[in-house]
Amino acid sequence: MSPAEIREEILDILGDIAPDENLDELVDDVSFREQMELDSMDFLDIVMELRKRHRVQIPEEDYGHLASMGSTVSYLEPKMRDIVKA
Amino acid sequence: MIAPSRVDLLPDSQRIVITGVGLTSPNGNDWANFRQALLEHRSGVQPYEVRYFGATLAGVCDFDSQRYQTKKDLRRGTRAGSIGIYAANEAIRHSGLGWENFDRSRVGIYIGVTEHGNVETENEIYQIKGFDYDTSVWSHHHNPRTVANNPAGEIALNLGVTGPHYTIGAACAAGNAGLIQGAQMLRLDECDVALAGGTSESIHTFGIFASFNSQNALASHSDPAKASRPFDRDRNGIVVAEGSCIYVLERLSDARQRGAEIYGELAGYAINTDATDFVLPNPERQAQCVQLALRRAGLEPEDIDIVSTHATGTSSGDTQECVALRSVFGECKTVRINNTKSFIGHAMGAAGALELAGNLPAFRDNVVHPTINVDHLDPACELPGLVTADAQEVAGVDYILNNSFGMLGINSVVIIRRV
Repeated sequence: MSPAEIREEILDILGDIAPDENLDELVDDVSFREQMELDSMDFLDIVMELRKRHRVQIPEEDYGHLASMGSTVSYLEPKMRDIVKA
Repeated sequence: MIAPSRVDLLPDSQRIVITGVGLTSPNGNDWANFRQALLEHRSGVQPYEVRYFGATLAGVCDFDSQRYQTKKDLRRGTRAGSIGIYAANEAIRHSGLGWENFDRSRVGIYIGVTEHGNVETENEIYQIKGFDYDTSVWSHHHNPRTVANNPAGEIALNLGVTGPHYTIGAACAAGNAGLIQGAQMLRLDECDVALAGGTSESIHTFGIFASFNSQNALASHSDPAKASRPFDRDRNGIVVAEGSCIYVLERLSDARQRGAEIYGELAGYAINTDATDFVLPNPERQAQCVQLALRRAGLEPEDIDIVSTHATGTSSGDTQECVALRSVFGECKTVRINNTKSFIGHAMGAAGALELAGNLPAFRDNVVHPTINVDHLDPACELPGLVTADAQEVAGVDYILNNSFGMLGINSVVIIRRV
């Protein structure tokens, strides 16, 4: 997956987790929490969805990398670059 | 003149009244529409598909789940929570309580449930089946969704209630049990307002259908509206339903002080146990429960105007309840007896609360809603004053007695008086 494809995938997951939010104007270098209502259970949902969809494992000590769209894509790029987008 | 009850001897601070009713049932999403459906013979039973089990029938609610919850709330929570949140909000609105300024640490939430957690557990197992039962994809939402207090806790979260909240697990006697618990907590001054009643999400678990089916106790009929037929010769089991009915209960003193409209007063109640079988009811113990409620209310059987029966449409359950009722009301000339499940099926933990709500309007309109689908009355179910076919207008309704019984032999009876 390219960084753009990973971003699309995260957006798709966020669409499920936060269905009341407008994600069209999400700013990549601003934290998710500043732009939408997400709590720790929601972040676990992101981790869980990546595990379910792509078998990507994110250890707890790395959760901090999921703070914003930009940091999430950067963190996931090496883990997901060999995954072919379905 | 209303026959005196023992509650007349109590101070107003110990007398418990209903000041709000909120509900969703398979044939109505508020109290007035539900009542109207019962008077117009409108069933809420429909064709239904459930995972693994396949095609069956059920009482399905179609309330607006986003009236009081966001999409995210709905995704995170349970159906039981959502149904209860709808009913609780409707009840508060109906009560006219000044909710915005109400001290929510003085509100208690007491919700009867037949079961909880089956739906959510089945969903998770279905999910991990797609991952070869890899438990690492088991949801972190599972525990908060399945803790036994979930249906009450979600209501507390939604309403910002910081007083006590819990569920009362009482099989199919739970609706009455929730009401009784709320009244007791008001009398103990644990709260100033009790949101009390019952909730059921049971149609979303295949297990309940499969288990009733294995027990030869699941209803079937080519016409869904005809499937739930308590007391009829051709009844063949239970129609499972979802729903919720939650009452705003207050002490009479508080209700009067705020000028609340009062829809009925709790005159008596009783809960007892058969202690004889996992499933089969015990009519002797059921009769004892009815008599205990009457005794506590200081009433005679002749004082009761409407008996709202529990009967679910099973062969032996209906017959046994009729044995119990004949032993108590057999000589009564004016009592009317009906059954609300014939319209909506068996709403499990919500059943007792919903069935009472279906009858409470009789205090004002003097009409006893019918029991539908009694095309050929089972001779073993003959009862004095059984109202079938059409609603009956009566001279007056002062006392309603509401039966609700459940597995493991739990019996509950509530008596409500016109105010």
